[in-house]
Amino acid sequence: MNMHSLILRTAGHFLLPLLLLFSVFLLLRGHDEPGGGFIGGLVAAAAIVLYLFSMDTESARKVLRVDPRDVLGAGMVLAVLSTIPGVFLGQPFFTAQWWEFTAPVFGDIKLSTVLIFDIGVYLVVIGSVLTIMLNLAEAED
Amino acid sequence: MFDIAIIAANVLLSIALVLGFWRLYLGPTLPDRVVALELIASLTIGYIAVYVISSGRTPFVDVAMVLALTAFLAAVGFARYLEKGGHRDDD
Repeated sequence: MNMHSLILRTAGHFLLPLLLLFSVFLLLRGHDEPGGGFIGGLVAAAAIVLYLFSMDTESARKVLRVDPRDVLGAGMVLAVLSTIPGVFLGQPFFTAQWWEFTAPVFGDIKLSTVLIFDIGVYLVVIGSVLTIMLNLAEAED
Repeated sequence: MFDIAIIAANVLLSIALVLGFWRLYLGPTLPDRVVALELIASLTIGYIAVYVISSGRTPFVDVAMVLALTAFLAAVGFARYLEKGGHRDDD
């Protein structure tokens, strides 16, 4: 099943945490610069797929700890929930809401429903790509 | 001097890209074509790097990183397919 490549296995171990960190960086930066939920989720899924290629399907499932379909569902729920607050403020459905406040260490922080929607997209992309890849890898066995 | 270096890099990358496509078209077996595709992906990363240097738009370095990652995954996927005995002579 796996390719028993020492180089690939070592590289996979080192690259997995780095790529997951890079995906979170892309997710959070995505508001005004290149990045966002979709590409961040794709990088995170690629990191786990790289791990899957270097190890086997069991250990790749253990990285995620939950079923990828649950991740997909959670992301979809989060994305839909982020559209609702605008309705209660008398604005159209999907209107973005912003909260600005000053935190002790981080300085000015802007939170928005856009960020929640992006995190939802991130989880949906991870869930759907990993569902496809893990099922394909298991069908190969 | 800087402009000449950028133009020279672009010309060399373009020549390499044409040769890579030629091998992709010619390649008698599937492994040849996989290597040609990998070469084309690496050259595309080179184009992005030259563009970042010439324009100074550093966020595009991340684009090169993501492209390198996906190209590597594609190569590993092809290698798995070939190791599992996919047919190699595709002419």
